[in-house]
Amino acid sequence: MVRLADLPDWEREHMLDKVKDCAGFDARPWVKPPPLKQCRIAIVSTAGLQVRGDRPFGPSATATDYRVIPGDTPAMDLVMSHQSVNFDRTGFQEDHNVAFPLDRLNELAREGVIGSVADFHYSFMGAAPIRKIEPKARELAGLLKKDRVDAVLLSPV
Amino acid sequence: MREHTAAIKPPRGLWVPFILGRPFGVPGDSAFQRRVLIAVLRLLEAPAGPVLEDYAEEAPRPTVEETAGMACPVSFERAVDERDLGAALSREIEELSPWHDLAAKRRERTTTGLSGMTMDEAALFLASYLNAAPQPNLDGMSAGETLKIVCDDIRAYYYEAAAAKPGNPDAAAVLHWFWHDTAAGRAFLALQEICVASDDKSLQVLGGNFIVPRAIMHTLGKH
Repeated sequence: MVRLADLPDWEREHMLDKVKDCAGFDARPWVKPPPLKQCRIAIVSTAGLQVRGDRPFGPSATATDYRVIPGDTPAMDLVMSHQSVNFDRTGFQEDHNVAFPLDRLNELAREGVIGSVADFHYSFMGAAPIRKIEPKARELAGLLKKDRVDAVLLSPV
Repeated sequence: MREHTAAIKPPRGLWVPFILGRPFGVPGDSAFQRRVLIAVLRLLEAPAGPVLEDYAEEAPRPTVEETAGMACPVSFERAVDERDLGAALSREIEELSPWHDLAAKRRERTTTGLSGMTMDEAALFLASYLNAAPQPNLDGMSAGETLKIVCDDIRAYYYEAAAAKPGNPDAAAVLHWFWHDTAAGRAFLALQEICVASDDKSLQVLGGNFIVPRAIMHTLGKH
């Protein structure tokens, strides 16, 4: 998230105009996970990340799919094909952890702060109409359950 | 955006005061990233929700030296013949190669390579559009999709090269340099106009929103 006041007027208006399209959690699900030191965590990003060689994300309106990022993906093979040109990429280019903190998560697991890190992580390209993503999001939830994931770190850009 | 998260009401949310694209704050600062990560993971211990907390620690602001004039790795002289932007682009890419090599060596990675083309090939591909003789699309991709990832590769190459030079330019300085001081930026602007005027729907979409950032469009008075 970013500070609205830091944006120029025209960008602030553009961003605020999108609030009305935000999907709410109508049922407001509340799930209490195991203690943090037992939690298995996965990352789900909307940064349009992919493993090098995977198919890049397509045009925004149709890009409701996701890419699978195995937990052992080397940093060299983690690339970004998000359609938007309106957010910073220099940070990710320097250090993927600023958007996709897999190394930090693995460190916390080794130290026993969290239980473990999922075998697979995922990335959408957060530009498609939000409700059109729901079928793929439900599909992904099933995959996360099979990976015995207790909690998901949603990392937007 | 805090406003968007407040509207969505996810079970747990941490608002962070960082620029778009950097949800964990500071590249290359594992301690900083770790503090953000632990703050968000601690929300799992909340007894009830929805919870929306604010993260108080700011990312370090760039120094005056970092923002006063782009610490550009290469100060390009304008090509003798500015009408041939493709040639100017190829020349720039060649001149930047030592810096990009250095960046890749230091970081042990590059984020270029989406298109599978070398930078020379990517420059020629882009130039083919500038010269009204487009090269074929990549297999299974539209013209817009192909051109998009070629542009991604070229931009990533420039951004990565820019970061290699001493001076630690911040994101805004790199953006300004690329769009105002390079032939690549001028080529992208020309490409945008070509795409918008194209009969190909995929190119129209690309040119409309996905070549030139909104911030640059505003500085150029195009919005």
